[in-house]
Amino acid sequence: MPATLLDKLWSLHEIADLGGRDSLIHIDRVFLHERTGSIALRGLEQEGRSVRAPRRVFCTMDHIVDTRPGRGDISLVPHGREFIEATRHSAKNAGIHLFDIDDSRQGIVHVVAAENGIVLPGTSAVCPDSHTCTLGALGALAWGIGSTEAEHALATSTLRVSRPRSMRVNFLGETAPNVSAKDMILHLIASFGSRAGRGYAVEFAGSAIRALGMGGRFTLCNMAVEMGAFTGMIAPDERTIAYVRDTPFAPRGPLAQQAQTHWRELRSDEGAEFDLELEIDCAQIAPLVTWGTNPEQLADINGVVPEPEALEDRQKTLAARQALAYMDLRPGTPLRSIRIDAAFIGSCTNNRIDDLRDAANYLRGKKIVPWVQALCVPGSSATRRQAEAEGLDEIFLAAGFEWREAGCSLCFHAGGESFGGRRVISSTNRNFQGRQGPGARTHLGSPLTVAASACRGYISTAEES
Amino acid sequence: MTNARKQAFHRGVAAPLLQPNIDTDAIIPSREIRRVSKEGLGDALFSGWRYRSADNREPEPGFVLNQPRYREASILLAGDNFGCGSSREHAVWALKDFGVKVILAPSFGGIFFNNCALNGILAIELEEDAIARLARWVQADPGGNTLEIDLAARRIRWREGKEMHFDIEPARRGLLLKGLDSIAATLRQESAIRAFEEKDRKRRPWVYEFPDCQEPAP
Ligand code: SF4
Repeated sequence: MPATLLDKLWSLHEIADLGGRDSLIHIDRVFLHERTGSIALRGLEQEGRSVRAPRRVFCTMDHIVDTRPGRGDISLVPHGREFIEATRHSAKNAGIHLFDIDDSRQGIVHVVAAENGIVLPGTSAVCPDSHTCTLGALGALAWGIGSTEAEHALATSTLRVSRPRSMRVNFLGETAPNVSAKDMILHLIASFGSRAGRGYAVEFAGSAIRALGMGGRFTLCNMAVEMGAFTGMIAPDERTIAYVRDTPFAPRGPLAQQAQTHWRELRSDEGAEFDLELEIDCAQIAPLVTWGTNPEQLADINGVVPEPEALEDRQKTLAARQALAYMDLRPGTPLRSIRIDAAFIGSCTNNRIDDLRDAANYLRGKKIVPWVQALCVPGSSATRRQAEAEGLDEIFLAAGFEWREAGCSLCFHAGGESFGGRRVISSTNRNFQGRQGPGARTHLGSPLTVAASACRGYISTAEES
Repeated sequence: MTNARKQAFHRGVAAPLLQPNIDTDAIIPSREIRRVSKEGLGDALFSGWRYRSADNREPEPGFVLNQPRYREASILLAGDNFGCGSSREHAVWALKDFGVKVILAPSFGGIFFNNCALNGILAIELEEDAIARLARWVQADPGGNTLEIDLAARRIRWREGKEMHFDIEPARRGLLLKGLDSIAATLRQESAIRAFEEKDRKRRPWVYEFPDCQEPAP
């Protein structure tokens, strides 16, 4: 019978059928970070349990570590140092790989897991972090879990998982030149809502996905969780294989040949049946920006803030009213008339080299307006070095952006640095109340949209500043 | 995973918190996670809404859990997509520490939903209309905001003779009824895990043997 990519990945890792939809699933890779990983490791220690396969467990510093130049163990996050030291201590005790603050491979967990070849096509990977679905872009079965489940994965190399249903989203046709992967996923969320993916593993497919570079594919899968999905995934193709080939932990020599043959089989068979199939006509996608406090509260950048009463259901109306009160916006306001105080290019959604190139290309020879504070935070130390080798740092600096060390930074507010009380255009994935600081008003958009908005001081698209 | 606790029956005060998309950042703002610990987080629950300011902890009287009749709430009547967003289990630990035992919502964030079961919080999916009905009853009668949740019978009772049924996956129900330590249970399957790995190692050797990467020279 023709199988879906999910079927294949599931059967590759299923150790035992536990009845109902549940299986005992083998976990090939566990990744941890100092925010939630520290607590999982400590939980395990306190129970007197050990990590079953430490060589297959990795940990990085990204969430709490400072991103200001010249950083060390001191973080502006209250008690930040405690998290950093606890993580270092527990990681050493457990004998797992640690990419510490000064390690050349340090960076945001979902970025470094990919660029180091730690998560490979066909592997199963978990991390106590909801954006682990990013790695589905490699054709891996990767999803976010809680700390208690992380303890289980560390102690047993397995998890008890309820099998998700399968969904395929076909992105057909071509996107306009100023439309990025971020706009594609925002468009999908706007079309079907932030709960549309609940209970599904969502495979992104179609001509526009094949045409997309790896950076864009990671962006797309990153936000699968923002439509509530268990995970996102994209079948590996030659582009994926080329991306993986030279990464440090990837197989070499004859093993590489064997692996590549296996990876090429990881795609949904012709005629495979999905529980749900959706279609997106890429010609319909325009650059999008959020106006509310949930990623589904979106509008075309040339559009206006909607009237809550005009939304299709009561829950949406209620949510929109609350969102607009928090965002201090009135229905009917053109998005392009909204003045911003800050601009942020970063996060596991949009801070890979492709994103930095996109934004830098736009910023070359331009300046941001004086009232905007703008930050560019590369996703990993390796990405940062690559960008510097290409001279991108100088473009950002000359335009008036800060050029930071790698990490999550102001993607979320942990009590340290903050966009509190300000209005921010941000390339991140969540615009929740207070996400970037108490009272911070976040508008999500692509890196290009962030760069253009920073230059005009108002929400903008690439063509018009 | 010894957190799961038996919970077959619960009787308590229910509080309505009906807005949709209450995310884990709202349940516990990241700035409240100050220690590498699962304990003592109840004070930080909904802190962005519950206090006038994060620093002085002066209660915001308008917030539902600050109203005298809901202060002892152990059951939440929630909106759609409750617990979406960040995977932080602190959201569940904070609810648990506050005393929440049961959450009723039309739908939940996926990771949050699992975290609840693993920590002995009963998260029940119920139609929006049913929740609205319960909320109306709870709000209407100041003295009668108590619900009874019977997991064994899969039944919610809100007044003499008034009850409704709910569905729950058998595995999740079993976990909550038995208060299972699932790590211990899985460790008993070690031989099956090892057998799987031996077979898998032949099929996908690169998963198990990979270059012993030291940090490359910068
Ligand atoms: S960059 Fe933001 S979304 Fe991504 S892992 Fe870090 S905090 Fe989470």
